[in-house]
Amino acid sequence: MEKRFIYADNAATTRVSEPVLQAMMPYFTEQYGNASSIYELGRSAKKALETARETVAKSIGAEPSEIFFTSCGSESDNWAIRSVCERLAAKGKKHIITSVFEHHAILHTCQAMEKNGFEVTYLPVYENGIVKPEDVKNAIREDTAIVTIMYANNEIGTIQPVEEIAAICREKGVIFHTDAVQAVGHVKIDVHAQGIDMLSISGHKIHAQKGVGALYVRKGIPMTNLIYGGAQERNRRAGTENIPAIVGFAKAMELANTDIEERGRKTAVLRDRLIDGILKLPRTRLNGDREKRLPGTVNISIEGVEGESLLLMLDMNGICASSGSACTSGSLDPSHVLLALGLKHEVAHGSLRLSINEDTTDEDVDYILEVVPKVVNRLRDMSPLWERICKEESV
Amino acid sequence: MLYSEKVLDHFSNPRNVGEIEDADGIGEVGNAKCGDIMKMYLKIDNGVISDVKFKTFGCGAAVATSSMATELIKGKPIEDALKLTNKAVVEALDGLPAVKLHCSVLAEQAIKSALSDYYTRQGIDPLPIVGEIGECEHCH
Repeated sequence: MEKRFIYADNAATTRVSEPVLQAMMPYFTEQYGNASSIYELGRSAKKALETARETVAKSIGAEPSEIFFTSCGSESDNWAIRSVCERLAAKGKKHIITSVFEHHAILHTCQAMEKNGFEVTYLPVYENGIVKPEDVKNAIREDTAIVTIMYANNEIGTIQPVEEIAAICREKGVIFHTDAVQAVGHVKIDVHAQGIDMLSISGHKIHAQKGVGALYVRKGIPMTNLIYGGAQERNRRAGTENIPAIVGFAKAMELANTDIEERGRKTAVLRDRLIDGILKLPRTRLNGDREKRLPGTVNISIEGVEGESLLLMLDMNGICASSGSACTSGSLDPSHVLLALGLKHEVAHGSLRLSINEDTTDEDVDYILEVVPKVVNRLRDMSPLWERICKEESV
Repeated sequence: MLYSEKVLDHFSNPRNVGEIEDADGIGEVGNAKCGDIMKMYLKIDNGVISDVKFKTFGCGAAVATSSMATELIKGKPIEDALKLTNKAVVEALDGLPAVKLHCSVLAEQAIKSALSDYYTRQGIDPLPIVGEIGECEHCH
């Protein structure tokens, strides 16, 4: 089979799409004004900025005044939690509820809050990788400041019951934030209808450039200042706005929310072929709920092989994939997400995440399904762990 | 993770992979929990390592260091193999990322463990010759 190049790591980042790039181009060399300037060039930048805000707001069912542009999903996560905590700590609310398998932008912020005297409840996610709403309900206390549960998990792709969680929080009068970096553009989101108070978005996961994101904050939730020094983003985040990035991001949001169901259905068919194909290998398991998952995300544990070796061999065959979160690479410990599902360390070490999108073809899937077993068998042939597993099985 | 060309070469075309059925010494180090296991097989004739094979479960660096270590001791007297350090393996591979240095330690220990087994089979106490084989540091 001829070697192909297949990018199957869209949960890590995506390629900037042609329409996004075209939308951005005029704002580099023609409409390069500062949005705070009085003259026409500045006014047109300001107009582009506010039009982008309207587009982003509309695509998630929010008001433009509820959108703050940020530099990335991690910034949005940090700002949301720190802002709410700082404000409510003054009212004696020093408790946070989150889950054990959040992105580190959430987990590390929560850990920082613990150092500031906050107590954090980390909810379990069970074998299927889904938070139970009743656990949220039981964990809420008088002094709970915020509940932050991700919309969809970045490593295994499971979609959380955010509406139910949001309803519980609303009833108890607790702010509900969700890190929706992996979900936006893949599942239909309507923040007002779903009762979501705060939501983090990242541009580069939906074919915009890296370095731009947004935080939705429901009207009535005051925010603390993130950056001092100017009137940008309603005085809360100073700094000259990155107009090309923001315009591209808005275009990406618009496109990502067009035909969302149709694209999702198409991608899910390929995803399911990948799952069924790889699970034909002995001693493999799909991580996370089979049904409640993003249309493009597959995470499978392959016993007897180690994830990094697998990725290197796939790379040699032109396939870009990931083993757990890209942010975890460089660390020697297996992914906290997979361990949270109850996987043993040695099984977690051998995980493979493929994240495809609407550009993935049937031929790409054929190719992946031909290469993965070949590579796995090669690694298993030289694995003393696989030898041991086979011996134990034959006993 | 930036690997040198040599590491990638030894990973993609590992030398001396496999088993030796009538091996004179077999050593296994590491554990599945940490994500690395190395198993080394030695054939020894007249004090010389006439053949060596390995099997490894682990990352790219673990495979590459196993492969390089076997190359460095094949055809050499036992005394030379005993002197092989993890540093020598790293240098032969044109370096390793800092977080992967433990893999080279594992390779050194795998050889020592196989030589210990060889001496034990000969009815010789390996401890004074091979020394203690420590646990890999990052597991603890």
